Amino acid sequence: MSELAVDLTHGDAHHDDHADHGPQGWLKYLWSTDHKVIAMQYMFTGMFMALIGGFMAYVFRMQLAFPGIEVPGYFGSVSPGEYNALVTNHGTIMIFWVAMPVLLAAFGNYLIPLMVGADDMVFPKINRLSFQVFFVSTIVILASLVVEGGGFAGAWTAYPPLSADSTYNLTPLGSTLWLIGVGLEFVAFLLGGINFITTLMNSRAPGMRAFDVPIVVWMIVVASILFMLSVGPLLAGAIMLLFDQTLGTGFFNPATGGDPILWQHLFWFFGHPEVYVVLLPAMGVVIEIITTFARKKLFAYRTVIFTIVATGVLSFFVWAHHQFVAGIDPRMANIFTVTTLLISVPIAELCFIYIATLYRGSITLSTPMLWGLAFVAEFLIGGVTGIFLGAAGADIYFHDTYFVLAHFHYTFFPIAIIGTFAAFTYWFPKMFGKMMSERLGKWHFWFTIIPFNVIFIPLFVLGMGGQHRRIYNYQHFPELAGDGFQSMRIIATVALLVMLAAQFIFFYNCFRSWRAGAKASKNPWKANSLEWTTESPPPHGNWRPDRMPVVYRGPYEYSVPGREKDYWPQNEPK
Amino acid sequence: MRPIATTRAATGTATGKLAVWWVLASEVVIFGGLLASYVMFRLGHPEWADAAAVTNTYIGAFNTWVLLTSSLTAVLAHQAAERGDGKRAARWLYCTILGAATFIGVKTYEWWYEISHGYTITSNGFWAFYYSAAGLHAFHVIAGAVIMAFVARDAARGRELHRVELIGIYWHFVDIVWIFLFPLLYIAK
Repeated sequence: MSELAVDLTHGDAHHDDHADHGPQGWLKYLWSTDHKVIAMQYMFTGMFMALIGGFMAYVFRMQLAFPGIEVPGYFGSVSPGEYNALVTNHGTIMIFWVAMPVLLAAFGNYLIPLMVGADDMVFPKINRLSFQVFFVSTIVILASLVVEGGGFAGAWTAYPPLSADSTYNLTPLGSTLWLIGVGLEFVAFLLGGINFITTLMNSRAPGMRAFDVPIVVWMIVVASILFMLSVGPLLAGAIMLLFDQTLGTGFFNPATGGDPILWQHLFWFFGHPEVYVVLLPAMGVVIEIITTFARKKLFAYRTVIFTIVATGVLSFFVWAHHQFVAGIDPRMANIFTVTTLLISVPIAELCFIYIATLYRGSITLSTPMLWGLAFVAEFLIGGVTGIFLGAAGADIYFHDTYFVLAHFHYTFFPIAIIGTFAAFTYWFPKMFGKMMSERLGKWHFWFTIIPFNVIFIPLFVLGMGGQHRRIYNYQHFPELAGDGFQSMRIIATVALLVMLAAQFIFFYNCFRSWRAGAKASKNPWKANSLEWTTESPPPHGNWRPDRMPVVYRGPYEYSVPGREKDYWPQNEPK
Repeated sequence: MRPIATTRAATGTATGKLAVWWVLASEVVIFGGLLASYVMFRLGHPEWADAAAVTNTYIGAFNTWVLLTSSLTAVLAHQAAERGDGKRAARWLYCTILGAATFIGVKTYEWWYEISHGYTITSNGFWAFYYSAAGLHAFHVIAGAVIMAFVARDAARGRELHRVELIGIYWHFVDIVWIFLFPLLYIAK
């Protein structure tokens, strides 16, 4: 190791330099502008919401497998209205309050300044405001579940007229609070996104060129730009829907010259890029992990960048594939079929890049690597089944069946759960200064991945058999009530129970590692990017002000021929 | 102590200016979504022209003139700030705020007149878009004027003069949005 890097190991004194800045104790956490503290706030809020979203899945899966059962822990059986509210808010929470805050906000906040060699975000106070708005939105969405009339139950896509008129949806307060909560959440991520983009653009360490930036940072920033450019029309749409709900305007009401299909366009113009908003950070995380644990240079760095930009551009031209049955012109449907099939090309390209990077690498199957590889394999199933749904002809049959549901769980679960566990186990030593237990980590991995497939493969089969979504009790439909179908529902529910129980292994592992794990060194994985050149956990300011890192090369110089060590940190001059 | 990150400018453009442009990018799509929806509806509903005929083009034109003039004073404020003359910059910013106040005053009269004659947000689709789009724009005018007051107060004491340009960029955006709203809501009868 070079002298500069050795020097950095003696940086203990500066803990105290910063210790007495700003308020102390709990106030420190409420009012901190430190990007790492804000990242943790996003992370723990997101994990808390994941528990709520998971609990909802448990309740409605119990109802589907054993209709009418008194669900343990739910204070009774599930009424049809409650069932609809549960599935609606399960979707809303898992996407907007779990995938977004954890993958984009928590890891974006944590990694961007550390990976570009800065001491904080460029707008620390706006960053804090972003979390505060997000926190308020969390309270609003949770409140919407318990107000009179119950939570909003018109599906996470909130199509009018059901969502617009409380004489239809019977949840006057719940649906308005739901809408306000989602709107606030968008504002929070707009504030955060501006910070991410400008930090990457302007605050890179001296010497770090655009193509020396780790891919995960690129991915998070491109995702923020996609979010920013797609969410605007939906924010406008949310204002219109709010006026429809509260003032009685008729933007989406055909009786007064409005059009409910307009909402579908506004929603999916955002909704489809949103898939890539959460997908890209997860794909970036996996790139960091597989290069580190295959000890191999990333295959085709620049191609990855151009590919994700192409994906981003294409993602704005696919949205109407969600509306093939909404009465859109068949000629339009053809165009959107073609663009949808096209967008699978860059994503397939990324999968080939993963494989090419792994090829003849010296692979270590550590827990983060297992999660990373599982991401590629499972997402592939989600991607390939998407081709069927992107083609208008097949989609008209599959629309609103469990085939769609299984498809997007095969995309979102790898993104929001597998991707998050990959990132969390990989950066845990940096975040908390302790190593996680590999043994418990692998138990947790297998008891999550196997049940995941056991849950959703039967749902593909059920969907192809014609089982529609958003139905409270299939026993009411003779053609869906057969024993074959019901046994598949029971298999899925039992697998869900196993998967949820396995998460206790994860929480136990976190707690035990945090309390009694082996102390993590600065660079436990022998990785190259800048976050591994500072303490674990990094102090306030990340590096000593007089020892901010300088960058000499890209982040993926593993196993360079002629070098003694198989890695080459970005900040080492030689 | 300000973070080191805030002092860097790897792109050569100041971070604040970059951020304002990204804010505007996000605003463009918000107004873009709303106006695109309006235009699609308007093309499908020729009868909305009857409602549009009620709006007063002369008042709208006057407000357009007020906003354009306030953009001019924002530019003069920027020019003064570039020379380092904070006091003069603040004075021009106060002129801009006066323009904003005039605009909102006229708008209030206009809305009061229309509402008292029975044209409310629930009257029909045109009025729903009319009040929503102009209201969202007016909200931006008010927010911009409030921020501008803070910038002017600092500028008068010779502090944070670079912010005069930033609020100016934002103000031009508010102006341009109105340039789209005026023909769409008033002139197209």
